[in-house]
Amino acid sequence: MEKRAAGQPAARTIMTRILPLLLVLLFALPAAAQDAFLDALPGLAGGFGTQAEAVERLGAGGDARALPVLRALSDSTLRKNGSTVILPDGTDAATGRPADTAGAETVRINNRVRSALRGALGRLQLVSAHADERYAAADSVFRSRSADNVAPLEAAIARESVPRVKERQQLALAASRLVAADAAVKRQGIATLGEASSEDARALLLEARAANPDMTAEIDRAVASIDSRLTFKRAAETLFQGLSLGSVLLLAALGLAITFGVMGVINMAHGEFVMLGAYTTFVVQEACRGIPWLLPWSLPLSVPAAFLVAGLAGTALERGLIRHLYGRPLETLLMTFGVGMILQQAVRLAFGAQNREVLSPAWMQGILSLPGGINITQNRLWVIVFSLLVLGLTLAAIRLTRFGLEMRAVVQNRRTAATMGIRTGRVDALTFAFGSGLAGMAGVALSQIDNVSPNLGTGYIIDSFMVVVFGGVGSLIGTLVGAMGLGVLNKVIEPWAGAVLAKVAVLVIIMLFIQRRPRGLFALKGRAAEA
Amino acid sequence: MSATTAPAGTTRGIPARQILRGAILIAILLLALLPLLNHLPADSAFRVSDFTVAVTGKWICYAVLALAIDLAWGYAGILSLGHGAFFALGGYAMGMHLMRLIGPRGVYGHPVLPDFMVFLGYRELPWYWLGFDHFPYAILMAMVVPGLLAFVVGYLSFRSRITGVYFSIITQAMTYALMLAFFRNDMGFGGNNGFTDFKQLLGVPLNTQGARAGLFYAALALLAGSLVLCRHIVGTKLGRVLVAVRDAESRVRFLGYSVTAFKLTVFVLSAVLAGLAGALYVPLVGIINPGEFAPGNSIEAVIWVAVGGRGTLIGALLGAFSVNALKTWLTSVAPDLWLFVLGGLFVAVTVFLPRGLIGLFRSAAK
Amino acid sequence: MNSNITRRAALAGLGGALALPAIRPAFAQGAPIKVGVLHSLSGTMAISETALRDTVLMMVEDQNKKGGVMGRRLEAVVVDPASNWPLFAEKARELLAVSKCDVVFGCWTSVSRKSVLPVFEELNGLLFYPVQYEGEEQSKNVFYTGAAPNQQAIPAVEYLMGKDGGEAKRIALLGTDYVYPRTTNRILRAYLNSKGIADADIMEEYTPFGHSDWQGIVSRVKRFAGEGKKTAIVSTINGDANVPFYRELGNQGIKAEDIPCVAFSVGEEELAGIDTKPLVGHLAAWNYFMSVEGAPNTAFKKMWADYIKSDKRVTNDPMEATYTGFRMWVQAVEKAKSTGVDAVREAMYGQKIMAPCGYEEVMGTNHHLSKPVMIGEVMENGQFNIVYKTPNAIPAENWSPFIPENKNRRG
Repeated sequence: MEKRAAGQPAARTIMTRILPLLLVLLFALPAAAQDAFLDALPGLAGGFGTQAEAVERLGAGGDARALPVLRALSDSTLRKNGSTVILPDGTDAATGRPADTAGAETVRINNRVRSALRGALGRLQLVSAHADERYAAADSVFRSRSADNVAPLEAAIARESVPRVKERQQLALAASRLVAADAAVKRQGIATLGEASSEDARALLLEARAANPDMTAEIDRAVASIDSRLTFKRAAETLFQGLSLGSVLLLAALGLAITFGVMGVINMAHGEFVMLGAYTTFVVQEACRGIPWLLPWSLPLSVPAAFLVAGLAGTALERGLIRHLYGRPLETLLMTFGVGMILQQAVRLAFGAQNREVLSPAWMQGILSLPGGINITQNRLWVIVFSLLVLGLTLAAIRLTRFGLEMRAVVQNRRTAATMGIRTGRVDALTFAFGSGLAGMAGVALSQIDNVSPNLGTGYIIDSFMVVVFGGVGSLIGTLVGAMGLGVLNKVIEPWAGAVLAKVAVLVIIMLFIQRRPRGLFALKGRAAEA
Repeated sequence: MSATTAPAGTTRGIPARQILRGAILIAILLLALLPLLNHLPADSAFRVSDFTVAVTGKWICYAVLALAIDLAWGYAGILSLGHGAFFALGGYAMGMHLMRLIGPRGVYGHPVLPDFMVFLGYRELPWYWLGFDHFPYAILMAMVVPGLLAFVVGYLSFRSRITGVYFSIITQAMTYALMLAFFRNDMGFGGNNGFTDFKQLLGVPLNTQGARAGLFYAALALLAGSLVLCRHIVGTKLGRVLVAVRDAESRVRFLGYSVTAFKLTVFVLSAVLAGLAGALYVPLVGIINPGEFAPGNSIEAVIWVAVGGRGTLIGALLGAFSVNALKTWLTSVAPDLWLFVLGGLFVAVTVFLPRGLIGLFRSAAK
Repeated sequence: MNSNITRRAALAGLGGALALPAIRPAFAQGAPIKVGVLHSLSGTMAISETALRDTVLMMVEDQNKKGGVMGRRLEAVVVDPASNWPLFAEKARELLAVSKCDVVFGCWTSVSRKSVLPVFEELNGLLFYPVQYEGEEQSKNVFYTGAAPNQQAIPAVEYLMGKDGGEAKRIALLGTDYVYPRTTNRILRAYLNSKGIADADIMEEYTPFGHSDWQGIVSRVKRFAGEGKKTAIVSTINGDANVPFYRELGNQGIKAEDIPCVAFSVGEEELAGIDTKPLVGHLAAWNYFMSVEGAPNTAFKKMWADYIKSDKRVTNDPMEATYTGFRMWVQAVEKAKSTGVDAVREAMYGQKIMAPCGYEEVMGTNHHLSKPVMIGEVMENGQFNIVYKTPNAIPAENWSPFIPENKNRRG
């Protein structure tokens, strides 16, 4: 597409000159567009190349009737019967009368058509009544830049009242000016793009650099100006990525910080509790499918459900088996490894070995743009927020509730606690259930960024143990600092060492660190570190 | 061999011990017969298939690994969850030797470089591959590399008094880090595929009955030798100090013993044994790749010891053989359910049989 | 719904194993023909391989309904190599030496195939390998029914560089760090160089198995794309790592119109675990898609749905390759009038079959199948919209001309 400006037949060049004019005319006189619309329409039923051309003509025509057709095409609800194009409501797009739908098939498109479609829809929707649509339209026009867009964009900017839409439209205008024939217009475009701080704008400028050897100096200046802002943006994004990885580690490790850190139980089936949480999310979602209004809320609903399921599994494990092994942490480790094997295979047989699909609600998808062009993925942001919430709740449960008080009492001195009337066995069971429940909640979050498969937990178990030991066994704040620190460290190393070596390096750093400080970052005072 | 001193903590009735010793002797003799029975005509009732010989050879290597773990865990209380790494490193040393022996018979016909290096564009052998064309050097490396790693990790940990589960977690991280590193193709160890398609060892083509029998006897000899060595160690003063360290480390330290030195000695020795076992394992199974470093493998090996009965060398052997035999059988008979049986066994043994199968046998003998 | 299948499979395995002692002596005419199934049912590869186990069992059941092969019943012997490579070798030996299997269908990863290869060669067994792979191999004991690189990777990149694919000028090669991606990318790099794409316009990055944090890499791809040329991603990312990768692509707003991503290891089965809406338009190159139209595929899909007793389970390319391989083996056995490996091997050469992909495929003397190449775009329903097909089945080049060392190859 981008080559179009370079070597087109003369007729096309004239077209591009006339089109803006034509467009303005057509907005005023829709009736006159009838021929162009009807002319272009059958092309949609052709091959991908023909389709793309038809879409471009429909977009350029500016006919109001083109909009539903193009929308239907983009949602794959448009059908064709021979060369008749049929709208989703069963009417012939050309005549508006009911069409013969027998033997009609859906019109399929590919990326080439989709890309043309984005430009065409964008152009048509620049005048939409909804600000969101206008924003999306400006975005589309930005990407599918073409000199034809300059006039409609200028008209749109003049009308626009919403600042963020206007800003986007100005960028789109600059992008379109960049491919204009007039040098002065081009320079205007370069200047505007130089003030942006996005990779996209940079890409456009670099592309224009190759096509305009006479403007190299201006373009280089503009690119340098973008780059200076991008450095900060990239650092900020790396930090965010590190925190995001850290939050995943934190979630996976929090349960362990309770069961291992507080109780001293090594639960190798911890990863499987995380996996149970993720499968609970899947089950809750499937249960919600029958009730459409509930479906978007299935994820929040899964949080307590996963806590319960994993918590109950934890209680069963503690009461049934682990309690016989208190004081023998190494045997507990081996035994729970066996439990993990069983849980994994049980889930594999019950749900199948394949991944299960857990949907992301709309509010968790896409990008949040912060000032400075910093882009943050929504789902990762939510995971960070969620992990901090869970940490807060855990701290509150331990510091503020009666259960927390009893738990701390039992940890500090089991016998004294028992003589004070605390039922230590019950506290053990509840503590373990609580830790396991936290693992289940981690599973809900992981279902949003990883596979929901029987192997889900195995990938996190070693990292979680390292986080807990690194942060300091028994210290939740240590777990937080450890997880976030390791996450950021990993992401800082990754760009120059590669993903694998970064992970190896982090593991080695932790191992060396533990040799220096066997009790981790935040050692609890007064407790024997020897197991 | 000082058979007079009983292994610590196992002073049980004499008859049981003698029965056991007799049973081991018979078992080893029976094992030694296997490759011979492999030569019987195909329709003989006593014929042992190639498969049985190969798979038993593999179990013997596992048994040596279990013995090594038992020495460190059962007697000195050092639970390493990274013994699979020592085993794999020994295996890689032997694998490098076997790769060098392929010579110009590789797919690309390069006189020196193994196929994967030709393929990844290496011009010459990396320095750490030099010398591996000599068998004695490879065997030496199969002992030195695991021993050195054990020395470094052990020295750093024992000096900082990292014990119990913390040591377990560190060694687990060690094997995990090694696994990730060996998966990298840029390491020069063949990446995920590791080494395979070996041709010969000591001039004998590997895919013959004779070569398999030879490897089998080598493994059996290693097993017998390790058993004798371990029994000797646990019978000497070293062994008794180790048991004391296991049961009350600080007291031993207060008595003036250098706990670090004792633990380090046994840990390095154990790693060397594991390395040798790995070195024999590779030509027997015909492949070595980073999967051997998987943390799960190390844990499983520890479980063999627990199933057999820790702190009794025989228990380690019994555990390694019985669990692996069960696994081989179940993965064919019940491919969907074997994890339940094996997982259930691990749970049941640790909860209900703290002394393992040997303990069961002993209480029955009493 | 699923447990019922696995239970049946377990029983089949149990039956097979219990029958072992009985068939120790040499086969009498009329004794069952044993079909080994060597696919991981637990561990990391179970996610992909269980469906292939089910496919083989389906084929065995179907063939028995038709009266078996040469009047003899087929009997499946299922084992679980548990995604453990040495265990693959051990189980292969067991299938050949103990269970006396006449043919084995199995393996997914290259390393598992490499691990069993010496065993099959030593015992002169017969293995059908149904997955696309890196080539650079040819054993007289293996028939490769998946694609070689020239039957998948190169046509896909050709498409990306063509007008319909968006005329990509810059390619990011992302893969899991193992031999298939390394080899494929090496071939692709040589190919791209030959098409005038400089090394500066190629990005190559590898990640470990099961890599789940793609934030950094996807941002780096975005940056790579920010150099002003149309960019495309070629993904050889394997298995479990795909779901988090695609989620990250979707969340970072990378649309197929901007940076299309073509994958060689992502099929219907993998997409079943992902919300595909953000992925619409991203591509996959295979030799079969479930959405292929035509009678052979309709029959294949019906057979699968009937067997698995669910219309939700998808079919995919390796399943089709298993199906095709199985049918060809049956034809070859009937032609050779024997299950002997040497006779069947000779009979396999030149076997033709109308495969579910809708093309006639031929087994070459290089042990590889000729296959059509198809490129599909992901649709919202998790299926593929086929946007390109080669006019004919293409013979495999298992020794790639783009790898210079192949000139020195033995034999």
